[in-house]
Amino acid sequence: MTATAPPAPAIGQSLDRVDGRQKVTGAARYSAEIPLHGIAYAHLVGARIAGGRITAVDAGAARAADGVLAVLTHENLEKIASLPPLLPSLAGSAAPGQTFFPMQDATVHYAGQPVAVVVADTHERARHAASLVRVRYEESSSVTTIDQGRDQAYEPEAIFADFIPGRSGRGDIEAGIAQAEALVQGEFSYAANHHNPIEPSATTAQWDGDELVLHDATQGVNATRLTVAALLGLPITKVRVVSHFVGGSFGSKAMIWHHPALAAMAAREVGRPVKLSLTREQMFTSCGHREEQEQRITLGATRDGKLTALRHHKLSPTSPFDHWAEPSLGVASQIYGCPHYEGVYRLIRANTMTPTFTRCPGEASGMHALECSMDELAQQLGLDPLELRLRNISDTDPATGHPWSSSGLKECYERGAARFGWHDRDPEPGRRREGHWLIGTGMATAGYPVYQPNNPQRARARIYADGTAVVQAATPDFGTGVATVMTQVAAETLGISVDRCRFENGDTDLPNISAAVGSSGAGMISAAVHTAAKALRDQLVTRAVADSGSPLHGADPATVTVRDGVMTAGSDAESYADLLRRNFQPDAEASGAWMPAEATEQYGMMTFGAQFAEVAVDAELGLIRVRRLTGAFAPGRVLNPKTCRSQLIGGMLWGLGQALLESNRMQPRTGRWANSNLGEYLIAVNADVPDVDIELVDVEDRIVNPLGVKGVGEVGQVGVSAAIANAVHHATGRRVRKVPITIEDML
Amino acid sequence: MSAQGPALGERQRAAIEERGPGPVGVTLSVNGEERSLEIEPRVSLLDALREHLELTGAKKGCDQGTCGACTVRVDDRRVLACLTLAMTCEGREVTTVEGLAEHGELHAMQRAFIAEDAFQCGYCTPGQIMSAVALLEEGHAGDDAEIKEWMSGNLCRCAAYPHIRAAIRSVRDGQRR
Repeated sequence: MTATAPPAPAIGQSLDRVDGRQKVTGAARYSAEIPLHGIAYAHLVGARIAGGRITAVDAGAARAADGVLAVLTHENLEKIASLPPLLPSLAGSAAPGQTFFPMQDATVHYAGQPVAVVVADTHERARHAASLVRVRYEESSSVTTIDQGRDQAYEPEAIFADFIPGRSGRGDIEAGIAQAEALVQGEFSYAANHHNPIEPSATTAQWDGDELVLHDATQGVNATRLTVAALLGLPITKVRVVSHFVGGSFGSKAMIWHHPALAAMAAREVGRPVKLSLTREQMFTSCGHREEQEQRITLGATRDGKLTALRHHKLSPTSPFDHWAEPSLGVASQIYGCPHYEGVYRLIRANTMTPTFTRCPGEASGMHALECSMDELAQQLGLDPLELRLRNISDTDPATGHPWSSSGLKECYERGAARFGWHDRDPEPGRRREGHWLIGTGMATAGYPVYQPNNPQRARARIYADGTAVVQAATPDFGTGVATVMTQVAAETLGISVDRCRFENGDTDLPNISAAVGSSGAGMISAAVHTAAKALRDQLVTRAVADSGSPLHGADPATVTVRDGVMTAGSDAESYADLLRRNFQPDAEASGAWMPAEATEQYGMMTFGAQFAEVAVDAELGLIRVRRLTGAFAPGRVLNPKTCRSQLIGGMLWGLGQALLESNRMQPRTGRWANSNLGEYLIAVNADVPDVDIELVDVEDRIVNPLGVKGVGEVGQVGVSAAIANAVHHATGRRVRKVPITIEDML
Repeated sequence: MSAQGPALGERQRAAIEERGPGPVGVTLSVNGEERSLEIEPRVSLLDALREHLELTGAKKGCDQGTCGACTVRVDDRRVLACLTLAMTCEGREVTTVEGLAEHGELHAMQRAFIAEDAFQCGYCTPGQIMSAVALLEEGHAGDDAEIKEWMSGNLCRCAAYPHIRAAIRSVRDGQRR
């Protein structure tokens, strides 16, 4: 019966990206591409030493150079009004990446720390003048690596802006180890990683009187706004941040670093709009990194493969300012039912920036150690690695005892294994050979928490009398596809077609959304958009049934359905547009706000998955090639399978990079990163990556948020490096406990 | 990528010696249109396009010739605009991603990139598309192995590579018009 036909589905359709045309034609404008009259160019000068103080700055030559408008150093830069505490930007507050602001005094804490900002009328002149700034230093000794600081390691009370305790546990770890009939111990080391989105961070700052507009490459326009307002001592209302296109982030633009405020200060100084773009090299010392780390694991199990103990310790360098470590021990402590657990973070004060979120911050590195150890345990017990995992699967969150809001992990194992062809595997390492290539396969579990915001997420929906609608929320789209999927959510909730609906975003003038970090974006923004669109739909239906001029007059609102903008009850129908026009209304509007229900605290919330990899290792040359990757994931409701798969593929290929390519080496004597460019910091290129096979496992989650969306930005990466390392072991018999695994490890 | 920059004619060499180091008049032919600008001789083609001509389709990812985001076509070759001086392109035809669509009709490669979801953030996309178009013209898209090799100068941190290959294959196979 057409009268009660459900709304045309928009959610779950593989809609092409709504901003696709702008991106393929070059029309999309990123933050360094805003045409403003009289714009000037700022260029940063970074400290050449890792620790010490500036004894003299000679900026004479720079100031005298053609086109130079200002040279700012600690001697003449304005003082900041206040330094907000470091808080993850999801919290919705100011979110500086580190509890430090440069150029306030002569102290140098890390190499690359900004010591001068040069502003000139062209990019070339700013850059040239920056090379003329002479800074003299008094250098003191520095610590920049684990090896240099091992003796000074300390156990912090809490890490991660005090959100995570330095030490955690359950049961009795010693008893658990004593009970074990099989024991695996391993020490894993990890190279530092840098995000390297292809768009370097950039801010364009423009003052109009005492009002500031920033075009900023950011994961959260309000995070930029609140941070810059606090640093400059401005009322929040005087700062607007716009971010319509962001060229990737991966965590580098999740926290607010120094350059947006420096751009604003420089613009105020020269009385012109100022663009501050970081160079590629500066991207390695300006927006944090994934820290170098070591993890030690002890894993105990009974003879039949039930885990009895997990001891997991991590050691990593942090900055002089903050107790920061990526939370590597979190998911690894929750993924299997293991009664006895101990997790300890230890830190070293080092002359680096505060490390920061880097895609899959902690989940990837912690699960790497656990999942390589599980592979080793399976081998020791003579069990199939997948069977060992099935024996330890947990129906509740082992950290709290709460039930999972939804899982699907078992189906991920089963369907991933079937697609990959796991069950034909000969468990013996080094048996399969094709010419000079040794072939191996490996698997691992994936899990990523559903992080929730702690403040209201807002959106606004408006429909015009021609039946077209606009839905607004502040969030930027940094490549996730959020603008596309929110168009779908809004259209379906309103009951209109997607081509009649437009999502506007990336502007602090729009309703507040927290920074989309930790794979939280799809869940929290869809909740806000759904709430706003539903409020608008309900408002219009209520109006129609109360309107004596409407064919729907007197109908029960609960029986009204809306499709293609037409409200229908039984055989009576009226379109939104007709209702508005008949009542001389140009539009109708509603707002919505959503916060997680308190009940969510009674659940463990995690997106689960399973990873499978096949590698080939050249027996003579040691080359490692990933030939196949299969991932099966249960991300709850999938808003758009096309963009969802793209994010999962991207995450899995980040895992490939972490396993085999990505590493920045610190030069311990100078305290400087050794390979800060894209020629020597290796990221996966087209030739490195195989086609990637993705399986989506349907699970319904009624707890996490109104639409049951768990997020896919990061879970794709978890476990991939372990699956690859396990496959390398299967191919060669070599158990390599460092990443990246490189050719030298195979020789 | 071209192994060498565009060769200089006698006239151009003399012209460069006479001009600079201050701003000089330079005329470029970009996407079929003559554009005059006043730039210092050290200005790269990429900065001339982005900062002087408001053509920001070609992207600056590294400014060091390592990422490919700035790929444009000069005459019939793909070049890295960040490593090419703008002045050396006088008398040549520069084509950027903005010049690919004809009369508002997207190039088949642009349509294929949208259809295959061959990008996420979109920042490397103009360079990928310029390389992909050139790849087909060069006859370097015979199979996936060849596409992988010849597209490896264009980095994509979102790692859309499998979909980039799918887009190139679909245009090669004429599935999209």
